[in-house]
Amino acid sequence: MKITIASGKGGTGKTTISTNLASYIADMGSNVVLTDLDVEEPNSALFLKTELVHTQISNKMVPTWESEACTLCGECAKNCNFNAIVAMPSEILVFAELCHSCYACSELCPTDSLPMIPTRIGEIKEFKTKTFPFIEGRLDLGQEMAVPLITQTIKYTCDKYKKHIKIFDAPPGTSCPVIEASKNSDFVILITEATPFGLNDLILAVETMKVLKKKFGVIINRYGIGDNSVEEYCKKENIPIITKVKNDKEVAKLYSKGELIYKKIEHFKDSLDDIVTFIGELNA
Amino acid sequence: MREIVVISGKGGTGKTSLSAAFAYLEGNNALACDCDVDAANMHLLLDANFKNQRDFYSGEVALIDQDICTNCGACADVCRFDAIHVQDEQHKVDPISCEDCHYCSKVCQQNAIEMKIQKAGDIYTSDIKNGTQMVHAKLGFGAENSGKLVAKVKQDAKILALQKNRAYVITDGSPGIGCPVISSLSGANLVVLVTEATVSGIHDLQRVFKLVKTFNLKAVCIINKYDLNKNMTKKIEQFLRKEDIGLVGKLPYDENFTKALAKAQTIIEYDKNSELANLVKKQWNKIKENLK
Repeated sequence: MKITIASGKGGTGKTTISTNLASYIADMGSNVVLTDLDVEEPNSALFLKTELVHTQISNKMVPTWESEACTLCGECAKNCNFNAIVAMPSEILVFAELCHSCYACSELCPTDSLPMIPTRIGEIKEFKTKTFPFIEGRLDLGQEMAVPLITQTIKYTCDKYKKHIKIFDAPPGTSCPVIEASKNSDFVILITEATPFGLNDLILAVETMKVLKKKFGVIINRYGIGDNSVEEYCKKENIPIITKVKNDKEVAKLYSKGELIYKKIEHFKDSLDDIVTFIGELNA
Repeated sequence: MREIVVISGKGGTGKTSLSAAFAYLEGNNALACDCDVDAANMHLLLDANFKNQRDFYSGEVALIDQDICTNCGACADVCRFDAIHVQDEQHKVDPISCEDCHYCSKVCQQNAIEMKIQKAGDIYTSDIKNGTQMVHAKLGFGAENSGKLVAKVKQDAKILALQKNRAYVITDGSPGIGCPVISSLSGANLVVLVTEATVSGIHDLQRVFKLVKTFNLKAVCIINKYDLNKNMTKKIEQFLRKEDIGLVGKLPYDENFTKALAKAQTIIEYDKNSELANLVKKQWNKIKENLK
């Protein structure tokens, strides 16, 4: 079972829910793996006591120019739709950070002068915690494209932990990185808060999930502050509200220190129970 | 005209609440600009009227003409994005997976593949509270090219600011460190980093600042929710000193930010004589001093 935890708006509690939920499910004796797919700003590790067990470099395939056979015909630059190749009078320049790894330049080159080679974009790290494995993708600074690393991190997780419950902590927003983090999951949990910002971004996230034809439900975080427009929207749209997590400054304080919440705050644990029950019913 | 870009790395630190408050304070001496095109919110606090809408076209998607296609499969063979599948015995393109590389259309012997330009979003210029305007956008569902849309929003905002002779463009950036943020930062006169006193706040601040550094931009910082974890606030202050980033001020953890938001008001309108409103005013003035 693959579950993605997402949200339109940043800072609504994706990482808090993901880390606590994974740890809680592990406490109950189930096999669970947590994967941080917010590769631009991976944060889950800050809330877990981890020991590194494996690091692997994440690459994307990028053309490299070999001058010997090249006739400088310029076909490669014409075939690149991402402006990643510039044909100069005496050389071919490749801008790796713009390359989408489509292979068009390389495979359409009449003299095979642009072989594709792996180029580093980030790292995939696997850690162990006391009770469950944890994996994160971390994009190198200056890299613009998160999607290839997200794809590889998901693959790493799924290949290694076939039978585990897989929890994916997604990046914020509604564009390509979130789509990549959600498109192969069985269920998406959208975290929001009961404010006009929360509602606005929830609607965007819901529309995205509908385009992807994903099953999804909503968690309202910091409940009790703000307004009830999110609840009304969910009712109107027939979207299940999985749980409402109470607004509580103590939660924010524990979060600020990087501590797991459910071990100290009972109402938060009750909310995790609601989520576990909900997931259980999905599975049945 | 000077452009101030507010970013944070991490979401939910208060970027939008603060940038909207600054825009409200400055009134028609400024123009507001929302570059968080993925999940735009600034317009909600500034009561934007969506007066002028433009379509934003960017990127193309492959479309197979079924009358010409012989189902040879050459397109699917070269597609590295798993975007072409056989469905009902016919090759079809999944527009969400298509990356706009054009490779399939180049190898199709029948010329059956057309690249169709896509509408990627909407751009708006709106009248807002306090007699000024804002430029904002909405990225299409599942659309790519958010970086390009950000660049266009910024360009429109800057042109309008020049036409209207505004002193400041106040830009609300997007979270993360990827292409939309890189686009948000380009050409900024000052970057305001909004962080919070939490483990993830400092982590993301350090990461996004490295990006700011590579662009050689001047940056200042506001620490939000500083009283949640004073130890963490100290650590952030040490980091700021080490990197020579000016501290514009600190703000307490205060639910009035959320309460103001629920009423679609900036913190200044919500309680204009409150200590919180005064702190935000002072911080805005300090930011302006940093531009001199």
